[in-house]
This record gives sequence, structure tokens and C-alpha cells, in this order.
Amino acid sequence: MSAAKWRRAMATGAVAPAVALPGRMQLVASSPERVRTRDGWPLALQRWIDGISAWQLAVLAGLVIFPLVVSPFITFQIGAQALALGLIALSLTFLGGYGGMVSLAQMTVAGIAGYAVAILGSSSAAEISLNWPWWLVVPCAVLIATVCAAGIAWLSVRTEGIYTIMITLAIGVAFFYLVLQNYSLFNGWQGLHKVYPPTVFGINWRDPLPIYFLTLACALASYAFISYIVRSPFGIALQGIRENPRRMESLGFNVVAHRVAAYVVAGVIAAIGGVLFVWYNGLITPGSVGTSWLINILVIAVLGGMRHPIGPFLGALIFVLLQTFAIDVIDRERFNLVIGGVFLAIVLFSPDGLLGLWSFARARLAQSRAGIARSSSVSIPSRPMSRH
Amino acid sequence: MKKRILMQTLMASAVIGAFATTAWSQSTGPVKIGVLATLEGPFAAGGADGMRGAELAVRERNGVVAGRKIELIKASSDAKPDVAVNSARKLVEQDKVDILVGPLSGGEGIAVKDYSKTQPQVTFINGSSGAQATTLTSPSPNFFRFNTDGGQWMAGLGKEAMKRGYKKVMVIAEDYSFPYSQVQGFMTEYCAAGGKVPLKAWVPLGGKDYSSVIARVPKDVDALVVVLGGADAVNFLNQYEAAGGDKPMIGGSITVSQDVLNYRGKRRDSLVGTLSAGPNADAIDTPEYKAFVASYKKNFPDGYPSPGLFAVAYYINMKAALDGLEAVKGDLSDGQKKYRDTLAKMTLKTPVGDIKLDENRQAIGTTFITEVAKDEKGGLYNKVVGKTDNVTQTFGQKPADFKMGTRDVPDCP
Repeated sequence: MSAAKWRRAMATGAVAPAVALPGRMQLVASSPERVRTRDGWPLALQRWIDGISAWQLAVLAGLVIFPLVVSPFITFQIGAQALALGLIALSLTFLGGYGGMVSLAQMTVAGIAGYAVAILGSSSAAEISLNWPWWLVVPCAVLIATVCAAGIAWLSVRTEGIYTIMITLAIGVAFFYLVLQNYSLFNGWQGLHKVYPPTVFGINWRDPLPIYFLTLACALASYAFISYIVRSPFGIALQGIRENPRRMESLGFNVVAHRVAAYVVAGVIAAIGGVLFVWYNGLITPGSVGTSWLINILVIAVLGGMRHPIGPFLGALIFVLLQTFAIDVIDRERFNLVIGGVFLAIVLFSPDGLLGLWSFARARLAQSRAGIARSSSVSIPSRPMSRH
Repeated sequence: MKKRILMQTLMASAVIGAFATTAWSQSTGPVKIGVLATLEGPFAAGGADGMRGAELAVRERNGVVAGRKIELIKASSDAKPDVAVNSARKLVEQDKVDILVGPLSGGEGIAVKDYSKTQPQVTFINGSSGAQATTLTSPSPNFFRFNTDGGQWMAGLGKEAMKRGYKKVMVIAEDYSFPYSQVQGFMTEYCAAGGKVPLKAWVPLGGKDYSSVIARVPKDVDALVVVLGGADAVNFLNQYEAAGGDKPMIGGSITVSQDVLNYRGKRRDSLVGTLSAGPNADAIDTPEYKAFVASYKKNFPDGYPSPGLFAVAYYINMKAALDGLEAVKGDLSDGQKKYRDTLAKMTLKTPVGDIKLDENRQAIGTTFITEVAKDEKGGLYNKVVGKTDNVTQTFGQKPADFKMGTRDVPDCP
């Protein structure tokens, strides 16, 4: 069955849920245990699959075909880098867009995961690295970073707005100075070099195609996870807390616990992004967790738009493209002007970032289409246009 | 029928033409050279000066070597190794350069060297980065460095200090690889000559408060070896003066910069006589260096009054790239094998003396010892008081016995 046919079949099922759902559940539920959980995971999963739209499938197909068409350089430096950065920014979008907490320490969480990979795994500093196998290193790195994210959350969730930004910035800068001045564990200014992904199944995962598909798989999984979680009861409660924490508190929700949990979820995603980013770079130094990177992640998230989990990936793509090619467009000493100018223009004309531009363009298109339809159908001018 | 034959002929000739063009471009088309320097971040000014140096070498040949046009493609980093590798990757894989000159700083150099191992078709020539590890540990067969490193830049200073009667010194230096190698360059000779270093203070880069270090200066040391970057050095001087310190100073290669020479404190006069060493100096008294300075000034009226350390290093490395190309008559075929063999063996004529490469493709060159002096207008400048030729990376030790400089190596309390 083609993807489109499959899509259509799912969509028709959703139109008449009363009839279709039991039948479909029987297909899924081959054992009695599954049936018991009918109101839990499988149903939610079904709904979520129903939510996949045609354009999402088109984007997915594009992402898979993309590396087969372009040069390995574009696949690696633009594709893989944008996806890894997008993952880290996605964690901020989740926190900021859905939880109302703008944390500047997401790059720090990613950096902790990156340093953990370098210290537990292998690097150029033989006296520091423990040379554990990769299947142990990666979960440990994600775990350590997530625990740190929970710690950061504990410190910062009791603050609001600008104070959250300040306290997370302070934590980020403190970590920067820690890795800069500690030599026994973080190797100071020089950092840890030659931190490469392992060779598994005979594939060198740092070659352009493998690392692209690895980051793509992680990005898709995280994107799906975030899309799912923001519609789950937890996600809805989190958005309620974003809108009015006091009211949610009086409704009986534990605001602090929800916020810490949000940081933990974001921490896992930032940690995965951090592992991929250190593999992409092949090294980690204090510069990788310095102030400029803390702010770059915010720039990427804002640039893409904080309202939808696709935003950070769009933002990362624009960011990476500008970083790579702006120097070709304009005089070498002025190329940062182009980067700043584009950022400024996007934020100035669309406070919602690229997503805002997109929805604006779509609304205008629908409007003009409606306008044309209206002018042609003179006979019944008062009829509302339902087709968009 | 006729038409078809015509078409076939046309297509055949087009194919032959295409082949001929590729063959032609390999030996006589333009040579693409990428230049990577820091045009942003903390070394932005130095990076711009490095670019001037590289451009000067190309302009001196009017942009043509052995009949092949030189096409310069520039890229920038902000002194972070990951950014430097991204920029290098763009030059190599996207712009398809034949030769890459850069980067500027130590950490970047190590990262670009690691990257060069994955790109054997391109010849990498250093810009101005001076970390010892770049060419000392697991050197890359296609990475060449025609400038001396941070340790070599201090050669001769230890002996000169002993000659001046400084028998015991304290070291104050920033806590990262470049000062480590600088201190090693000084101490290797100094300790061998019988000098003592009872205390080394490693301070954070960009530190503002030196009071705790100043409080620890022992009474019985004869001088302070200060290896701090320009602004840090001025901060240190101010605070040392305020605390009533009066020990003479020995500076690192980037310590006694214009910032320090323009120092306006009460101790200004006591700066006269401050020793330091480096790969170049403002006042080298050779016709080659004078001609080089004149050419720099003529080409870049908006540049510095005289070329800085970065401009000199980029000039030397770019000159090596072009001289090598001239020697093989622009032939980069066979994976650039002939070109690389030539680079490895040639003696490079530079404004700061002749440079040769060792077996790790690391420069063996000249280091100048300078002393702060007063000119007739009362301004301070660095006067050349001596030079050491043929300084090797391991200071004459066997590579197997040589240990890279760290906080604790070398040691002679």
C-alpha cells in the first residue's frame, strides 16, 4: 500500500470514529492485554497517526531523498549540523513555547552530554578518557545530562520571565568557566579532541550519509515525541501553567513538578542533540558551551518560531546556511552584517519567526484565492467561503 | 542522415573538448587557495592582519605563479576549533581548493590538522597557529607548518636572562597550552644554564585581578617571567605597580606588545630593558625585513604601522605555498605528490631568515631576542639584541625524549 493510500484509509477512519474505531482496534488488539489498554496508549497512538498530514509525509520524503541528490558536503555540514542544532533548539522550543520558560542553559545540557561522551568514551586525551564501549557511553551521557537538567530545573523553576533567563545564563556561564579552568576532567582551554562516533555494523557513523540519517532519525523521533507530548494531558497542563500558573495551582496541579518534568523532557532531547553535535564536530572545547552558543540556540529557536516543534529545525537550517555561505555573498569583513540583518528582518517582520511568515503567507494566499472565487461567483455574494 | 552525422560529430567534439578542458585546467588553469583566519571573535584584528600578510605574498607575484592564476578564497572563524573545522570543510569540500592556508590560533590548528588527515587530496599549510601538539603528536602527512611554534619563539631568552644575572625567577602565565609551550621554551635553556624557578603561577585567561598572585611573589627572586596577552599584561603591570613591586620583567612573545609599550604608569621607565623573544620584531635591521615592511605599508595604508606577528606568519606560509608551486611549475598532479616533496625539502627565503622543515613538516627557523628601549622622542620600542638561528621544535633533544610543555614540565625549583 502506498503512503498516500494508507493515509487516506486512516483519514476515512477518523471521519466516522464510532464505526471505524472498534474495528480498527480489533486489528491492532490481537491479544487481550492490548484490549485492556484501549483507552491508553494505542488509542492515543492512533490519534497521533491520524494527525500526520500529507505535507508532513512530503517533507519526510524530501528529507530522505535530499542527501542522495546533493553533495556529501551539503549532507554533512548543512543537513547533519542543522538537524543536530535543531534538536538542541527543539528542547528550548518545548520549554519556551509550551512551558513559558526560556532557558539559556539548553546548550549547557547538550555540552554536558558532549563532555560525558568524550570523557567516558575515547578522545585525544588518553589520561582522561575511560574508553567505555559506545552502547554504555551514550545512555550514561544522556542520563548524566538529564540529571543535570533536572538540577538546573530545580534551581530555576521558582523564577519567572527574565529571572529564569538570568539564572540559566548564570548556570551556563558557570559551566563554561568550570570546563575552561578544570584540567583534570575537562582538559581546560584545549578541550577534548578526536571524539568520533563508533563504527557499528561496519558503518563509519561519521561519514556524511550515516551521520545524516542518524541525526534525521533522532530528530524525527524527538519531533514526533514532542508533537505527541504537547497534546497529552501533561502537555495540556504545561500549556495551562504557561498561561496562568496560579489558576492551575488552584485547580490542583503541582506547578513546580510539571515544570521540572518539562525540563527533564527537554533535557533528554538536548542531551541527544549534544551527543550528535559532539560526534558531528569530532571535538568539544569550552568554546562549544560558551555564551555565544548559549545565545545561538535562543536565536535558532526564535528564528524558526516557538509555536510548533518544526520551528527550531527551520531556524537551524537558516542559521547554518547563513553561517556557511554568508561570507560568499558579501565582503569578508562584513559578512556578520548579513547574518545579523537577516535575523533582524525575520524577527522584525514576524515576531513568530519563520513559522509566522509561513502562516502569514498561507493566510494571504487563502484570502486572495477566496477573493478571486468571490468575484467570479457574483450570483450569491453573501455565501461564506468554506474552502481554504 | 547528414544531420545525424553532424550531430554526432558535434557531440563527439564536445566530449573531447570537455576532456581537454579538464586536462588543461589541471596544469594551467587557476590554482584555488583557501585562506582561513579569525575575522570574528577575540582575534578579529589579528585575523585581518593575517589576511593582509597572505594577500601581500600573492600581490608580490601579481597573482600569477608559473603561468597559473592564483584564486584566493577566504573563510573566517572565531578562534573556536569547531568553527575553524567547519570553515575549512567548506573551503575544501564546497569551494574545492587545492591548497589551504590557515588557521590562526593553537586549538584551531590541532583541529584542522586532524581534519586534514581525512582530505589527502588537499595540501594544508598552517597560518599562524603555534601549538606544539599540531606537528609533534600524530602529525598529518599533508599538513605543513613554515612558522615556528610557541616554544621555539622563546629560544635564547633563558641564556640571555642568565647573562643579565637573573639567577632565580618566578613565572606568571595564563593557564593554557600556548603559555605552557612559551614557558617551556624559556625554562629548557634557563634550567640547563643553572637558573631556578621556585614558583609558577597559572592564571585564567582574561583574568582581571592579580592581587593574590602579586602577594605570592617571593622576596628573593631576581625577575618575573610574565607570559600574558596584551591587555592582561597591562592589568598586571598596573596592579603590580600599585602594590609597590619593583622586580624587572621578562616577557613572552605576545606580552610586550604595543599595549604594554604605550603603558603610561609610573613604572614606564622601568620597562626599559625588559627582555622578550619572538619570531619577528618591529626593528629587525636587515634589508629583507625593511623591504617587507615597506611593501606592507605600501599595499595596506589602512593596516598597522608595521606588520604584526600574524601578518608575518601568514605571509611566510603563503609565500611557502607559492614558492613551492613555482618550483614544481604549477604541477599539482598525482595527488600533489611532487608539490609536497618540494615543500618538505625546500629552504624558504623569508624576511626573518631562512626556514627549513623537519621530518614532521615543522619549521626550523630563527628567533629574535628583543629588549625594550627608548627612542629619541621618548617612545618605547623593542630593540633587537640577539638572535638564535636554526631553532628546532625539540630544542635539540631527541623527539622520543621530548616532553611537551605543561604546568609541571619542565621543572627546576
